[in-house]
Amino acid sequence: MSFFLETLAGGLLAGVMYALVAIGFVLIYKASGVFNFAQGAMVLCAALTFVTLTERDVPFWLAGLITLAVMVTLAVAVERVVLRPLVNRSQITLFMATLGLSYVIEGASQFLMGASVHELDLGISDLPVEIGPIQLSSFDLVAALAAGALVIALALFFERTRIGVSLRAVADDPQAALSIGIRLPVLWAAVWAVAGFVALVAGLLWGARQGVQFSLTFVVLKALPVLIIGGFTSITGAIVGGLIVGAGDALAEIYLGPLLGGSVSTWFAYGLAVVFLLVRPAGLFGERAIERV
Amino acid sequence: MTRLSRALRAVALATSLAGLPALSPSASAADETGAQAPKQYFPLATFRVGAYASSGIPSWAGIIDYLRYLNEVEGGINGVKLFWDECETEWAVEKGVECYERQKGGREGSPVPVFLPHGDPVSKALTEKSVADKIPLLTTGYGRTEAIDGRVFPYSFTVLFSFWSEASSVVNYIAEQVGGKDKLKGVKIATVYHDSPYGKETQVPLDLLAKTYGFENIQIAVPHPGNDQSAQWARIRQIKPDWVFLRGWGVMTPVAIKTAAKTGFPVDRIIGGIWSGSEEDVRPAGSVGKGYLAITPFPAGQDFEITKKIKAAIVDQGKSDLKDLKSFGSVYYNSGLIETIIAVEAIRTAQARFGKRPLNGEETQWGLEHLVLDEARLKQIGADGLVQPLRLSAKDHEGGGAGKVLQWDGAKWAIVSNGWVKSDRELLLPVIYERAAAYAKEKGITPRSDDTAEAGAR
Repeated sequence: MSFFLETLAGGLLAGVMYALVAIGFVLIYKASGVFNFAQGAMVLCAALTFVTLTERDVPFWLAGLITLAVMVTLAVAVERVVLRPLVNRSQITLFMATLGLSYVIEGASQFLMGASVHELDLGISDLPVEIGPIQLSSFDLVAALAAGALVIALALFFERTRIGVSLRAVADDPQAALSIGIRLPVLWAAVWAVAGFVALVAGLLWGARQGVQFSLTFVVLKALPVLIIGGFTSITGAIVGGLIVGAGDALAEIYLGPLLGGSVSTWFAYGLAVVFLLVRPAGLFGERAIERV
Repeated sequence: MTRLSRALRAVALATSLAGLPALSPSASAADETGAQAPKQYFPLATFRVGAYASSGIPSWAGIIDYLRYLNEVEGGINGVKLFWDECETEWAVEKGVECYERQKGGREGSPVPVFLPHGDPVSKALTEKSVADKIPLLTTGYGRTEAIDGRVFPYSFTVLFSFWSEASSVVNYIAEQVGGKDKLKGVKIATVYHDSPYGKETQVPLDLLAKTYGFENIQIAVPHPGNDQSAQWARIRQIKPDWVFLRGWGVMTPVAIKTAAKTGFPVDRIIGGIWSGSEEDVRPAGSVGKGYLAITPFPAGQDFEITKKIKAAIVDQGKSDLKDLKSFGSVYYNSGLIETIIAVEAIRTAQARFGKRPLNGEETQWGLEHLVLDEARLKQIGADGLVQPLRLSAKDHEGGGAGKVLQWDGAKWAIVSNGWVKSDRELLLPVIYERAAAYAKEKGITPRSDDTAEAGAR
């Protein structure tokens, strides 16, 4: 029983790491209805910028601030160069633009900061911790706390700040929001900047786990089923979806994998996502689109 | 400017920055000789951008630095200087095949002597094309194991250390540690492998070796890319193996080392395979990687005679292809150096028969099948200890079949095995030949006879 609990807990904690990436997608989708294919590239860009600075003896906190500034600059540039010229275009056009953007960010990051693999030490121990009968990773526990803090910070941002409230208005009804004078370009830049901040947090935690390297962009592969299960418009959904995917993957790998003679987690989360698409297309916490005909 | 044209510009910028030049191979043929004499073209399919660039960049430096050394210090191969160009593959199969198609015709009047696919999937995709085009594929430390049988695979050269030999050498190293092969009975060896054809390649030999020596053979798959392995290492914790044989690629290796540490599995009981045994694999794991072992046909180090010569003539003169000189003498740098030494020696062997001029693939294939790199020749080159002794033939495209075991001390690799750890080739080869014969039957190939190579190029 303790092995089951340990696997479940390990899976849930791994799921939190996926949720961190998924939150970045949710933010942009909520504000602009765009599925941002470049979120993985943003995670890479943030982590690579941070580690490039710390390797040049820039203090940890200053490297974080400079990286944040880079991500905000990137957000403003994306709004100016990519989103603004495509206003009123279809969602698929915007999606394709983010696809191109991902190549630009990945290529530019490697071009400017090199393709080497970097170690990132956040000073968080990654050794096993015994909690009752089960063994957990101290790093994963810290990541879960970071994710919790991030969700609280985002909730406060959306509830208590003017920009946050405006974002919610735009998400609810863009036309009505525009009619009362909310400036869409500013909001888009703001939400991309917040997504950049989320990418920084995700990039640091994933980078510390696996090294800062190009494959950070692959973490988005698991964020997709997380979004489908949790819903594209809900931060709570991203967290819950992440937990379901993480726990489901771990349990399936342990109990189903040996029966099927191979790795199950390659497809398990996607299989689960397909089931959700059939039964609850908007996901657990997503908003159902109601259209008058 | 219309929005459409702006969007098109953005896409063009994106593709150029992201490096999709497989569509337009680098035009910068590195003609550094300035000589009018016929030169030998040496095509390079490289991946300097994308997910695996970090492993590729030091390898190309090992290749290019050696080619520069040959041109500048030795005057080429018997006076035939070399030139090369690069085609970007991003380690993708389709781009790798496209590079092969673009480069196979040769350049500036020189044919292609040999093609280095630099990727296990693309080498498999090119198996039949290379036969049709008569261009040998040199795959050092990767490629189809059955291609050891050159009677069925005349143009595929799985030189040095096939995946089957890799598995066998790991078992033999473990046997040394436990006190002999007779002590392997009951030892639990878990293979944690990349869930891909490359990763599964060692399942058959390990099954055979387990039946022969009586160890328990456990197979655990890790899905690509392997950036979360908590479930796999939870299984390891449950099974409690004595040793783990880690066959990773890319990010899978540092994540495995870190996850092993966080689940309490001793890192010095993990032996990485060829592609889990570079500095780039273990450095991101940080301090917990200390003690990690790996088997390799590409021993790291700067103290080999040839690396000292390259350092003096190329690196110290600011002519190295390396941007980051800390990679000089690394596993990947030396892998590029080793595969180029083998290719160059095959061309040299073929020149002895066909003349001192640029050679084509058919002629170099003859050179490869008659390549003898014994201790004496390796000493002459300055590569003794770096390259294992090799003797290739039509029946044996591997030649060596041994690796050295390295251990990470937290900053660099140290060689901890007593010389080259040999594999049980006498046990494995009959099975390899059987599988090659089955492939020949399936594809309708009539295998060449054992002495075909003696008849020379046709």
